[in-house]
Amino acid sequence: MQQPVLEVRGIRKEFPGVVALDGVDFRLFPGEVHALIGENGAGKSTLIKVLTGVHPADGGEVVLAGSQVWIAGPLQAQQAGISTVYQEVNLCPNLSVAENIFIGREPRRFGLINWAAMRRRAAELVRELDLDIDVSAPLNSYSIAVQQLVAIVRAVDVSAKVLILDEPTSSLDRDEVRQLFAVIRRLRDQGVAILFVSHFLDQIYEICDRMTVLRNGRLEGEYLIGELNQVQLVSRMIGAELAGLDQLGGGKRRERTAPAGGTAFLQADGLTRRGAVDPYDLAIRSGEVIGLAGLLGSGRTEAARLLFGADQSDGGTLRIEGAETVLRSPRDAIAHGIAFCSENRKTEGLVGELTVRENIVLALQAARGWLRPLSRTAQDAYALRWIRALDIRPGNPEALVRNLSGGNQQKVLLARWLITDSKLLILDEPTRGIDIGAKAEIQKLVANLAEDGMAVLFISAELEEVLRLSHRVGVLRDHRMVAQLDNDGELTPERVMATIASGADQ
Amino acid sequence: MSTASSQAPSPGSPPATATSPLKAVTRFRLFWPAVVLAVLLVANLGFTPGFFAVHVQGGHLYGSLIDILHFGAPLILVSLGMTLVIATGGIDLSVGSTVAISGALACLQISRSADPGSLGTVLTAVGIALGSALVLGVVNGVLVAKVGVQPIIATLILMVAGRGVAQLITDGQIITVTSDPYKLIGGGYWLTMPFAILLSALVVLAAVLLTRLTALGLLLESVGGNPVASRLVGIRAMRLVALVYVFSALCAALAGLMVSSNVSAADGNNAGLWIELDAILAVVLGGTSLNGGRFSIGGTVLGALIIQTLSTTVYTIGIPPETTLVFKAFVVIAVCLIQSPAFRAKLAGRGARARRTAAARPHAVAPINREVGK
Amino acid sequence: MNANALLTRLRGQIPLLVTAALLVSMFSIGSVQYDGFFSGQVVLNLLIDNAFLLVVAVGMTFVVLTGGIDLSVGAVVALSTMVSAWLVERHGWPPLLVIPLVLLMGTAGGWVMGWVIHVFEIQPFIVTLAGMFLARGLCYTISIDSISITDPQYTAMAQTRIPLGSLFVSPSAVIALLVVAVGFVVLHYTRLGRNVYALGGSEQSALLMGLPVQRTKTTVYAISGFCSALGGVLLTFYMLSGYGLHAVGLELDAIAAVVIGGTLLTGGSGYLLGTLLGVLVLGLIQTVISFQGTLSSWWTRIVIGALLFVFIVLQRLITARRR
Repeated sequence: MQQPVLEVRGIRKEFPGVVALDGVDFRLFPGEVHALIGENGAGKSTLIKVLTGVHPADGGEVVLAGSQVWIAGPLQAQQAGISTVYQEVNLCPNLSVAENIFIGREPRRFGLINWAAMRRRAAELVRELDLDIDVSAPLNSYSIAVQQLVAIVRAVDVSAKVLILDEPTSSLDRDEVRQLFAVIRRLRDQGVAILFVSHFLDQIYEICDRMTVLRNGRLEGEYLIGELNQVQLVSRMIGAELAGLDQLGGGKRRERTAPAGGTAFLQADGLTRRGAVDPYDLAIRSGEVIGLAGLLGSGRTEAARLLFGADQSDGGTLRIEGAETVLRSPRDAIAHGIAFCSENRKTEGLVGELTVRENIVLALQAARGWLRPLSRTAQDAYALRWIRALDIRPGNPEALVRNLSGGNQQKVLLARWLITDSKLLILDEPTRGIDIGAKAEIQKLVANLAEDGMAVLFISAELEEVLRLSHRVGVLRDHRMVAQLDNDGELTPERVMATIASGADQ
Repeated sequence: MSTASSQAPSPGSPPATATSPLKAVTRFRLFWPAVVLAVLLVANLGFTPGFFAVHVQGGHLYGSLIDILHFGAPLILVSLGMTLVIATGGIDLSVGSTVAISGALACLQISRSADPGSLGTVLTAVGIALGSALVLGVVNGVLVAKVGVQPIIATLILMVAGRGVAQLITDGQIITVTSDPYKLIGGGYWLTMPFAILLSALVVLAAVLLTRLTALGLLLESVGGNPVASRLVGIRAMRLVALVYVFSALCAALAGLMVSSNVSAADGNNAGLWIELDAILAVVLGGTSLNGGRFSIGGTVLGALIIQTLSTTVYTIGIPPETTLVFKAFVVIAVCLIQSPAFRAKLAGRGARARRTAAARPHAVAPINREVGK
Repeated sequence: MNANALLTRLRGQIPLLVTAALLVSMFSIGSVQYDGFFSGQVVLNLLIDNAFLLVVAVGMTFVVLTGGIDLSVGAVVALSTMVSAWLVERHGWPPLLVIPLVLLMGTAGGWVMGWVIHVFEIQPFIVTLAGMFLARGLCYTISIDSISITDPQYTAMAQTRIPLGSLFVSPSAVIALLVVAVGFVVLHYTRLGRNVYALGGSEQSALLMGLPVQRTKTTVYAISGFCSALGGVLLTFYMLSGYGLHAVGLELDAIAAVVIGGTLLTGGSGYLLGTLLGVLVLGLIQTVISFQGTLSSWWTRIVIGALLFVFIVLQRLITARRR
C-alpha cells in the first residue's frame, strides 16, 4: 500500500477539565480527499488545531512524509507542508488578491517587493485552477466563495503536500460549491492530500474518497466512502449514549400526550433569514415541547434566534398568541414572554464576573427597568429558592458565576428565565458539555415545566434526549426544515437519523 | 461603600473557608487601595510631623488632610464619572475639555452680569455650565452608543475641539470674577468644612445610591461585562451607555465650576489639563478594570485621594511637582500588568511551561528526518 | 476589473479625495481672499513650519495602520528636545553624537512599548499613555525650565535656507519629505510594510498566515518612537531650546493628520501621502487663520476638531457599509 503523507498516532490533547482528543489515530494519503466527521465536541477542530500548530499536543506523534515532526505554530506547519483554509476566511480583506496569495513570501528584487512579478505569478496560479479573478482587486470586493478559493490558492502555493479545508462550504451556495469542488478535484489529481471537514453529508459523499469519524474525542473508525451509507454514518457520529439517561422515568419513555386544540402560543409561517435558515413553519402550543434535531450547522440555532428577535427575519410572519408580531430585539421577545438560553453559555449567556444571584435576577431586572430595582431581599429569595430547586452548587448566591461548572452555569441560566413569567422557553443545547447527573435533572425540569403549561423549544444534537422530551420533532438539514415528526411512541431515533441523513421522512 | 457587600469573599467556596482572616481581609476589594493610601499618608508624617493635625481657625477646619480632600475634590468628581464610563467598557478623554468649558461659561456669564454677587446670577451661570455639559455628554454618548465609534476616538474629538471652544469662550484671556456665592463652590466654607468637599461627597453619595439602590449599577456591570449576553437578556444597552457619557460630562462640569471658583478665574487653556489621565488612573487604582464590568466607586475615591496625596507629598518633599508624572507612569504600568490576564498567565505558567517544554519537546526541531525505506 | 472591485477601491479612497479637495479649495479660497496668499513660499512654509509634525505623523501612520495608537509621541518629542539641549549645552557633547543617541533612545522606548502591548495584551492607548507620563516626567527630572541652545551647529541648522529658485526651504523640511519618501517605500515595497497592512486588516489572519505578528507590532511602535525622536530633533532646530512643555498635544495633531489623511483608525487602510495631505491641511488651517488676522489661534483647534468629527463619522459610514 501507498505511504500516507500524514499520519497521526495516539494523539492526546487535554484542556482544563476536558479530554478533547484521546489517543486518536488518523492517516491521510496523497491524492485523496478525506472527510473528517463528527458532531460538536467530537474533537475535529482540536485535531485540526493540533495539525496546524495552534495547540500543541499533549501526547502522541505526528509523522509527515515519513519523518516525525513537532509542529510548534502555524508557520512551522506551513513550512512542514500543511496548509489550512478555515471557514471564516483567514485572509486580509483589505489587501489585494495577489498580496493575499503571496504575503510573507512576496517576490523581491533588490530587497524591494516586485509587484509586477507578484501579480503575474498570482494571475498564473489563479488561471491554473480555471478561476476568473482579477488579482489586483482588493479581496473584500469578492464574495466569500471567491475569497475561499483565494485562500486555497495561497495554501496550495505555500505548501502543496497537505491541504486542510475546515468547513469550507458552510456559507456557499450550490454553484459556488460546484466551483470549489472542481478546484478540489483538480488539486487531488495533482497529488495533494486534502482533509475535508464538513457537516454536509451529501457533499462528503460527493467529493470524498475516505472518511474518519470521531466521537467524544475518540476515533470511531476509518471507512471508505462506499462502506457506509448516510444513515449508518449518522448513527456512527451521534452514537447512542443510553447509559445514565435511564434515570429519567426509569428507562421508560414518558407518555407524551400533546395538549389538545386551541391556538398556538407561537406560530411561524415561512419565517426566514437569508444565509441562515430557509423559510420554515412552526407552531408551538402551551404545554408542548417541540424538539429541533439536525446536525451542527443545519440551521437549528439560526431558526431559534429568529423566534427570539436575536436576529431579524427577512421574510415570513410570526404570530404570538394569535397576533402578528415583529420582534425587533430580544427585548421585544421577552416582553411577549419568550425566553432564550443560548448554546454559548459563556459568551452569550452569563456575565462571568457577576455573582450567581446577579445573573439569576438579570433578565427580570432588565424587564423591570433600572428604576424599579428588585430589593436585595427579593433577589436573595429568588436566588436561594432556585439554587435549592435546581441544586446549583456551590449553593452560595454570592459565588462568581464564572467559577461554576458547566452544568451549574446552565442551571443558573435556566433559573434566570424561570423567575420571569415566560411562556415559551427556547433551550439551545442546554445539556451539552455537562455531566450526566445534571443532564437528567435538566431534562426532568423541562418535562415538568411543560406539564405546568410552558411551551418549550428544545434544541439538541442528542436524538435520545430530543425524543424523550418532545411531542413533536422538527428536523433540519442544510438550513432547511425538512420534516416535522409526531413523537407518537412509534418514532425511533433511527427514523429521525434517516430523515437527517436523507433530507426527507421515509 | 455599597460595592463592598457584593465583593465579600464567597463563604461557600472551599478555599475561602479554609483561609485565615488575614487573607479574607486582603481579598476585600478596597484593601489594596486603602493600604497604599495609608502608607502614603504615614510616609508624609515622616516629612511633616504635624501632618495629621487638623485644627479649627475662625470657624474653619485647616490641616493637610483637609487640603488633600479639598484639592482632590474636582478629581474625585471627574473620576466618578469616568468610573461609570469605564464600567461599560468605554473611556472618556473629553473630561478635561469639559472642565475648561464649564468654568469658562460660568465665569463669562458672571463677569457679564450686572450683579455678579447675586445668587440668581450664580445659579444661572451654574445652570448654563451644566446645561452645556449635558449637550456635550449627549454628543459623546450618541457617537459611542448610536453611531458606534470607538470610545477613545469619539471622545478624542471633543478633547481636541473642546480646548479651542473654551478659549473661544474666554477669548483667550483669563476671566476673573468676584462673586461670593460663586467663590463658595470651590473656595468657600460651609459648616466648618470646605464646601467643595461637601459637594463632592454629596455627588459621590448620590452616585452610590443611584447605582446601588436602583438597578443601574447591576445593569451597567452587565453591559460592560458581557455586551452580547446583556442584549440577549433584554437590557437596553444603548441608552445606558449614552447615559454614562452624559453623567461623566456633568461630573466634569461640576469639577470645572469648582476649579474656576477656587481661583475665581477661568483659564480655557490650563483648567483641567491632564485631568482625564489622572481620572483614568484613579479609576484603575481603585480596582475597576479598563475592560469594563465590575466597578467600585469607593475604590475610585480612594484612587483619586492617592493621586492627590502623591502630589501633596511630592510638594512637601521638595521634588519638582512635574516629576510625579514619572511615578504615575510606573503606577499605570504596574496596575495594568496586574490586571492583564496574559501577564498573570505568564507569571503562573512560567514554571509549568519550562517543565513541559523540557519534558515533551526533546526534539523541538521540525522536521526530524528519519530515513524511510522506500 | 469588475465593477464591484472598482467600487470597493473607490470607496476606500473617499476620505483621501475629500482631503485633497479640501486642500485645493482651502488654498483657492485663501488665494482669493488674502493678498500674498497665492505664492509658492506659503506652500513651502507649510512644510517648514510643520516639518516635525509631518515626521511624527509618519510614525503615527504606521501605528494606526496596524490598528493601534501612540499617545506618547508628543512627550517623546519633548524629551528628545530636552535631552538634546541638556547634553549639548550642559555637558558639551557634540551634536553629531547627541542626535544619534536621541534617535536610538526614542526607537528603544517605542520598541519596549510595542513589546508590552503585544506580549501582555494591554490596550495600546494605556501603554502609550504610561509612556507619555514617563517621557514628560523625565523631561522635568532633567530641568523644570527651558534650556536654550546656542551650539553653532544647531543654530546653523535653524538658519540655513536651501534656495529653490526664488523660494527657499529649510533642511528640516527636506528631512521630513525624505522621511515621507522612505516611509512610503517601506510601506509599499517591503514585507514589513505589507505585514503592517495585513496586521491592520486582521491580526488573527496574519497570525494564521504565519506572518511575524509580534515582530511587526514592536517594529511599528519602534518606528513611531524613532519618528518622534527625529521630530524632536527637528523641533530643536526650529525652537533652539529643550523644554518639557514643548509639543503639548502634538499626539492629537498627529492623530488628526493621519485621520484627515484618510487612514482608517481601525487599521488596514490608508496612505502615507494622505498623511502628508493631512499635515498640509492642518498647516493651512493655521495659515488661513493667521492671514485672516481677526480670527484667534484657538479656532485652529475647533476647526481641527470639526474636521476630525466629519472624517470619523465618514470612516464609520464607509466601514459600516462594507460589512
